[in-house]
Amino acid sequence: MTQKIEIEKKILSENDRLAAGIRRLLKDKKIVSLNLVSSPGSGKTTLLEKTLVALKNEIKMALIAGDVQTENDANRLIRAGGKIVLPIVTGGACHLDAKMINEALGKMNLDGVQLLFIENVGNLVCPSSYDLGEDMKVTVISTTEGDDKPLKYPAMFRRSSVMVINKTDLLGYSDFDMALVKNNALQINGNLKIFELSCRTGIGLEVWYNWLKSLV
Amino acid sequence: MHELAIAESIVNIALREIEQKSITTVQSAGVRIGAISGVNPSALEFSFEAIIVNTPLSGAKLKVEEIPAGGICRACKTAFEVTEFIFVCPHCFSGDLEINQGQELDIAYLETE
Repeated sequence: MTQKIEIEKKILSENDRLAAGIRRLLKDKKIVSLNLVSSPGSGKTTLLEKTLVALKNEIKMALIAGDVQTENDANRLIRAGGKIVLPIVTGGACHLDAKMINEALGKMNLDGVQLLFIENVGNLVCPSSYDLGEDMKVTVISTTEGDDKPLKYPAMFRRSSVMVINKTDLLGYSDFDMALVKNNALQINGNLKIFELSCRTGIGLEVWYNWLKSLV
Repeated sequence: MHELAIAESIVNIALREIEQKSITTVQSAGVRIGAISGVNPSALEFSFEAIIVNTPLSGAKLKVEEIPAGGICRACKTAFEVTEFIFVCPHCFSGDLEINQGQELDIAYLETE
């Protein structure tokens, strides 16, 4: 006789429990947290390097840099002046989860920190399922990618609060259509806040910095 | 391929249940996967079958119920199904929607002998 045993639980309930704990901890410490996601090569680390340099006297920042292999990104952030930087090498895993963030935060001195950046693994699929306890997900894309990226990875754009379009200095050198990418993204998530900038030339970065300053 | 990690979470929850309720044989585990959950059902089934070998779940099937995305338009109150990830009301074209299904990532039940 087959018997049905009800469980009715969220598959990621353990992750969600840890994420809720992280959210409480960061709220208590008055730390705003942003989870940066993108495809590999969109410019997450470069954007963070620029931000570290520009805002070093105005905002106390902490960074967690996730990578599948190597601590290269964390080292770049330290070289850019990051004082509180912790690498997470996932050893093959395609996303960060709340357990990794919880452990990382336990190793960091968060006194006085106002803004926490979590640089996720370069991947627009897997990180979308994992709540890290962040205030917002920020998706970074660049003009050397397809302007249909929001349509290809809708779950991530749906769950993000912000879309940063990087490498605007290269507009015109590819077939990337700025109006189309924005339209595609807004169709999936009408509440997306959009920044257009170039980390290389600096155009548009001031708007990004001002927004970060308004958060803390 | 985070379906492997999702499958591990399913197995962990099921194994706890098996231990607590002294279950001997599990025929299937039932899960609900929403269309906008970001999880691919067939990759999940593949991962599940691969990792249950030599566990108390060995031989169990993963029964996936796929839940379409749907919601209600806050502007005109029309209820509708979201297809192709276009989050726009098909009736009045408003983007102000309350999405009430499609995000599911739940383990619902175990079937035992």
